[in-house]
Formats: sequence, C-alpha cells, structure tokens
Amino acid sequence: MIARFILSLGLLLAALPAWADVNIQQVTSASGLKAWLVEDHTIPFTALELRFRGGARLDAADKSGATNLMVGLLEEGAGDRDSRQFARALEELAASFGYDLSDDFTSVSAKFLTENRDQAVALLRDSLIAPRFDEDAVERVRQQVLSGIMSDDKDPRDIASRQFRELVYGDHPYARPQSGTAETVTALTRDDLIAAHKSALTRDRVYIGAVGDITPDELAQLMDTLLADLPATGPELPAAAALNLPGGVQVTDYQTPQSVVLFAQPGISQDDPDFFPAFVLDLILGGGGFESRLMHEVREKRGLTYGVYTYLADKDGAQLWMGSVASGNERVAQAVQVIRDEWQKLQEHGVTQKELDDAKTYLTGAYPLRFDGNAQIAQILVGMQTSGRPIDYIATRNDKVNAVTLEDIQRVAKRLVDPAHLTFVIVGQPQDLPAN
Amino acid sequence: MIRAAVALLATLVLSSPLLAAGTVSDFQLDNGMKVVVIEDHRAPVVVHMVWYRAGSADEPPGQSGVAHFLEHLLFKGTDTLAPGEFSATVALNGGTDNAFTSYDYTAYYQRVAADRLPLMMKMEADRMKNLRLSEGDIVTERNVILEERNMRVENNASALFREQLAAAQYLNHRYGVPVIGWRHEMAELGLDDALSFYGTYYSPNDAILVVAGDVQPDAVLDLAKQYYGVIPANPDLPAERYRSAEPPQTAERRLLFRDARVAQPYVVRSYLAPERDSGAQTDAAALAILAEVLGGSTTSIMAEKLQFDSKTALYTAAYYGGTSLDRTTFELVVVPAPGVTMQQAEDAMDDVLSGLLENGIDEERLARVKMQVRASEIYALDDTEGLANRYGRALTQGLTIQDVQEWPNVLQAVSVADVLDVARRVLDRRQSVTGWLMSEEVGQ
Repeated sequence: MIARFILSLGLLLAALPAWADVNIQQVTSASGLKAWLVEDHTIPFTALELRFRGGARLDAADKSGATNLMVGLLEEGAGDRDSRQFARALEELAASFGYDLSDDFTSVSAKFLTENRDQAVALLRDSLIAPRFDEDAVERVRQQVLSGIMSDDKDPRDIASRQFRELVYGDHPYARPQSGTAETVTALTRDDLIAAHKSALTRDRVYIGAVGDITPDELAQLMDTLLADLPATGPELPAAAALNLPGGVQVTDYQTPQSVVLFAQPGISQDDPDFFPAFVLDLILGGGGFESRLMHEVREKRGLTYGVYTYLADKDGAQLWMGSVASGNERVAQAVQVIRDEWQKLQEHGVTQKELDDAKTYLTGAYPLRFDGNAQIAQILVGMQTSGRPIDYIATRNDKVNAVTLEDIQRVAKRLVDPAHLTFVIVGQPQDLPAN
Repeated sequence: MIRAAVALLATLVLSSPLLAAGTVSDFQLDNGMKVVVIEDHRAPVVVHMVWYRAGSADEPPGQSGVAHFLEHLLFKGTDTLAPGEFSATVALNGGTDNAFTSYDYTAYYQRVAADRLPLMMKMEADRMKNLRLSEGDIVTERNVILEERNMRVENNASALFREQLAAAQYLNHRYGVPVIGWRHEMAELGLDDALSFYGTYYSPNDAILVVAGDVQPDAVLDLAKQYYGVIPANPDLPAERYRSAEPPQTAERRLLFRDARVAQPYVVRSYLAPERDSGAQTDAAALAILAEVLGGSTTSIMAEKLQFDSKTALYTAAYYGGTSLDRTTFELVVVPAPGVTMQQAEDAMDDVLSGLLENGIDEERLARVKMQVRASEIYALDDTEGLANRYGRALTQGLTIQDVQEWPNVLQAVSVADVLDVARRVLDRRQSVTGWLMSEEVGQ
C-alpha cells in the first residue's frame, strides 16, 4: 500500500496535547508516585505509558549502546522466567509490552486486558525490576543489534543521520548512535547491562499516563506494585550540547540514485515565551504537510521530491529546527537551492496574515483529532508531564495558538530564522552542487 | 495456564457485542454505491473514506503505476476546486487527508471533526466525476511519483529484491507488477492514460463509502444520498474485474539478488496461496494460523528452533496476506546468524517445514495463537481508523461485511488438522520462489 505522502511525525511536537473534554485525574500512590489518568470504561483494557527521563545519552562513550541493548533485553527473561517462558506467559495473557529508547527517554508502552490485569502487571513488573540478562539472551540480542548496526551503515537515511549527529553534536552523547557501534556493542558485558538498567529506570525520573478501564484506586495500587522497588534515583544527566551548525553543505559520497538530505538551524525551547509563534512559523514553512511553503515550492510546483518536512526538535540538551528532503542525484542541488531561498524569504518577509490565520484554524481544529484511542491519549498524558505542562493545559492550549499575532510571528521570524547557519548534510552522489 | 486462558476467552467473546465502540451498519444507494458506518462515540471525530474497486492489478498492460498516478492527480483541480484546494480546505477545517493505492483498491480519506462530514462528502463526491487535469499537472506530478519510487524502491535494496520476487512468483497475474509501477512505464504515463483509468473506474457503482467515528448511521445515509446518491452509475463499468488467472505453477523458481548496499543477507521463500473468499474462508484462516505458528512471534516454531535452539538465525518470520482479490502468497524469511551460509539457513528452514508436516502442532501452541487473535479483536476496537480500513479492504477485495464479522470465529474454529491439511497443499516447492538477498562483495 503506498500513500500520497508520509507525514513525518518524529518530533513534530504532536506530543503537545489538546482537548478540553478530556478529564485528567492526578493519582498519587501510597509510595508517592504520581500518574495522570483518563478513565474510560468503554473497552475492557488499559493503556499504560511510562517514560523515564535519561535515555541513550546516559551511555558513556566506550559503553555506547549499553542502554539500547539493556532495553532490548527487558522482555528476554525476567524474574523466574527465562526468555521463552516470559514470551509464553505474555502471550497467554494477551498483553502487549513495548519498550523504546530515544536520546532523552526510555519508554514503556503496555496494553493489558481488564480480566487478567494483575497477572499482566506482575509480568511487566518482573521485566522492569528483575530482568535476568541471561548469557544466551544477551548474545542473541547482541547479534541482532550488531546486524542492525551493519545495515544502518549501508542505509542512506541512517548514514545521513549519523553524519548529522557527528557534525552537530561534536563530543556530546547526542553525537553517538543510540544503538552504539559494532566495537562498543561487541565489548559490552553483563555488568554494563546491569549498570545501564540501574541508571535508566529510576523512580525519580518516571512519568506515568494511564487510559482506559481502570479506577484511580486501582491505578494507585498498580503503580506501587510495578515501580516501588526501582532505584530511587539515577546518575546525573549530561549537560546541554554545544551545537555546531556552520551553515553550508556537507556531502557524504554514497552510491545510490536518490540523495538523502537532512538540514537544520538552531531551534527554540518549549519553555521560551516565543515558542508558540515559532511553532506556527514552522507549520507554515514546512511542518504542515501539503499546505506548507516548502511542500508547495519543492514538490507541488517543481516535482523535485516526494516529501519535504520541517519540525522543531526540543531535546533536553539541544534545540534544533530540523528538516529533511530526498531528491534524485541530478535534481537535489535544485531542491537544496529552493529550500535556501525559502529560508531567506521567510527571514526577510515573514508570513502573510492569511497564512497565519490558516495555520491557526488548522492547529486549533486539528486538536481533538489527536485524542482518538487509549494508547494515543496515554502518550499525550506523559508528553504533557515531561514537557512540564500543567494538568489543565489542554483547556488553554488553543488560546495560546489563537493569541499569536502577525507581529509576534514577524518578530520571531527575525529572531529565529537564520539562513547563515542553515546546515545541510547530504548522502548520495549529488550533481552540480555549488561549493559552500 | 492454558485452561485459565481458554476460560477467559469465553468471557471476552460474550462481552464484545455489548461494547459502545465498533457497531457496524451498512446500506446501498440506488446508484450501487455501498455505505458502511462504524460507530465510535468516544471522541467527536470522524474518518471519511471512499474506496474504489480499482488498483494497480486492474491497469492496462504497459501502463503500470497509472492507478497510483491517478490517485496523486485527484488532488489537482475539479470544475469547482483549484489545484491543491481540496487538501487546503481539509486543513482549514482542522483535518488531515491522504490517499493510498494497492493492487486491488485505491482509497481516499479525511480525518476531521465529526460536524465537518458534509463538506468532506461534498468535495469527495465532486472529484469522483469532475476532475480537471492539465499537461502541466502531469509533468510535475510524474516527477513526484518518480521521486517516490526513488525513495521507496531504488534507494532500498530490499525493496528492489522484493519486486523481483513478486515478478517471479506470478507467471500471468498482475500482482507480479509493482503497485508504484516499473520505472520505464511510469516515465511514459500521460494525461490520456490517467483519464482513461478514471473514466473506467471512478463511479458510485464501483465505490464504497466508509464512515467511522462519532456519527449516527441514519444521518450518514441521508448525507450519502444527498452527495453521492445524485451521481449516476456508470453503465459501462466492467461487470467483472478482469484478471488473468495463474496457470498451474510447476517449476520452483530461485533468485539471487546482489546489491552493494546489502549489509545483512537473508533468505525469502514465497509460495502461491489461496486467499480469503466470500463464504469460504477456512483455508485462509488455517494459513493465517499457520503463519503465526511458524513465524509470528518469538514463541513460534521457527524462532524456537532456529533462533533459540540451533542459533542458525538472527531473525525469522512468516507472513500471510489473506485479504486479496486473487491468489496471494505465504512467505517465510530467515536471516542467518553470523557464520551461517545462505544454504544452511535455507536448509534449516526446510527442516522446520518438514518437521511440522511430520510431527504436527501442539494443541497448546494453537490455543496460544487463538488467544492472541481474540485479544487483538478487543484492542482493535480502540482503533476506529483501523476498523474502517478493515472493511474498506475487505469490500474491495471480494468479501462481504458478513465475511469480515465471521472471520474471528472462522479463525477460532481452525483445528490442527486444518492447519496441516492446508500446509501440505500450499507448502509445495513447485509453486514457490526462493530468493537470496546478498551483498556484491560476499562470495559463496
């Protein structure tokens, strides 16, 4: 099945939520853990989202990939079950546990039926508190990770991502691939995994969201069962990254017909008073699917690509305004030029009142559409907490969008849009690309 | 453990019809357009979809990719909408829209606040008949689909390999031609090709409307009559979808695909297989269970034997695409562990298959798979758009609403004997393709 375009959902800040009718309750457990809950007893299951601040940046340089391998082993044997016994138990309960890692967070997404909730939670508890890291499981998953690393080394998109990280983040942990390198992953020991587990999953850094067929009391108890035995606190987190965005174009030669391009300039924090104008500005430039300027200029008018997107990436230790495009080697130079021109135009002329009005109508109208499933809402609840939003944020969010004036946005365009530092990383064999 | 699980299943099934999410109604308009309404009142949102029973396998010879090309072109103008205005209007109403094409269907959809449904219907009905294209649209959009092919296929050795596999699997059927099209034919697609496909297939008697979300069925029917009901049926719509059938496949095919961009080699085996047919879904259900038993998870037979016991493989999987208008495929994948040759990996896979046919399948294993299937029906209710897709796909691929609703029960009724019986018929090397994807520098 192939679609007309793919929306890049990445860090679109779609995690910023939305809608006045969602009734969020704060639940505090006996041991002091806090969760946000939306009760909905329509369907007999619960979606539970846990997010631990920390993530892949916790890895030391010579242990790069330790957290990733550790997370990959959480459901490969825990408590008194080895890997296969654990998988069978999970299937018999028809629960689903997903474990994910980003630069800043380790995430756990669980779904379980009401009928066997206690058994499912006991199993999830084992995987979080008492993973076994059995030798055969470690070797099996290590080989899978190494195979993935080898494949990444030959995938133009992954190569671009790696080149980009190295260029922009220098010696900060963000510069290193989350899954590590063949060398570091090969050298990881069981002790490294135990250490990574102790650092990554701690009580003081967990954010909890739950949606579905569960009451506040049941959730309070569940949280303590699940998490009370985790370490109280984790190691210090790395300081913010010093960003290297020199402008210009960096090309990595790779034999493939279509060049893959990542580009970025300095971004803005969600805590900045100018964040909302910046968010609207990004939507108009390249964040808004078909309606964005870049999509019009690069795809609709010139047919230079299948998709071009931008987004504001707000990591704990780095703020970037990022984008991506892919074009045939013989056409990519033109695509890059069009993007540069749009950047310049945005800095010089800002946006029109109609563009602002349309963007606001879209953003405020699209609001409730995000709340369309227990799992999605649980993720939104956690996203609100990690970005420090108040519990009543949803009811005020549209007002914040509507409050953005043309004056705000022109001011922020002058402040933020920075063609001189707009930096392109290209992987492929681009033709006719002018030197920097 | 198992007995407890089976007891639980009875509760789940009994409670399902009482749920407030997922109630399905259906209608047919006088012009032949089918209407399916799926209710979910948890959020004031609606998904509006129109599915055409026309996909890449319905394209004329030599015009591969035209169904997908036309899908892109439907976002250009009509008599009353300027190019791009369709999506812009959806966005102005806080919605998102998109479209997708497969072998058997092309579908268009919007997600919007439920009170915007009439406007979506008005615009979708408009472009069913009133598309206006220029030569300029053709040239630009053709470049876009060529870049799409670059992105999805030309830049990806696995995708190139899979195109070759499908082409070798189908001797006579259009499923052997990629949905996006062969590049040399895409480059020649013109305005007339697109308009001809549009004229043949885009009409209410070839379309299915699926509306899912916070709506009342009667109200949807009234709107459907107002906007779609006024469009005349196309009397020249082909009475049957013309598809050339596969002849008996009597010779095993083998492919070796090499590309310098391959880091991790792997083996794929694909067998021609029966699809779900209306009122006759038993074989397909048994194949769906077989795929789960063989390679659906880390507790499957291939994973246990090849990943855990012999450590021959890093990864194994089995796939069965049962929802298909015509003959589909049953596929196995084995990614060899370091130091294991492709031949050893393939042999190990074949040992698993012959072991399965000789030794049968534990009842316990079957029960576990069925438990998963049943729970997935509960979780599916949380995904209204997924349910809408399920009905749209089924109705464009030869199934009825009743078939869709019976499917979970057909799956539950599958016995070990059913699985072994269908496995014996389908896992026949003469109707298979085996492909090795390898790097250029790796010698054998």
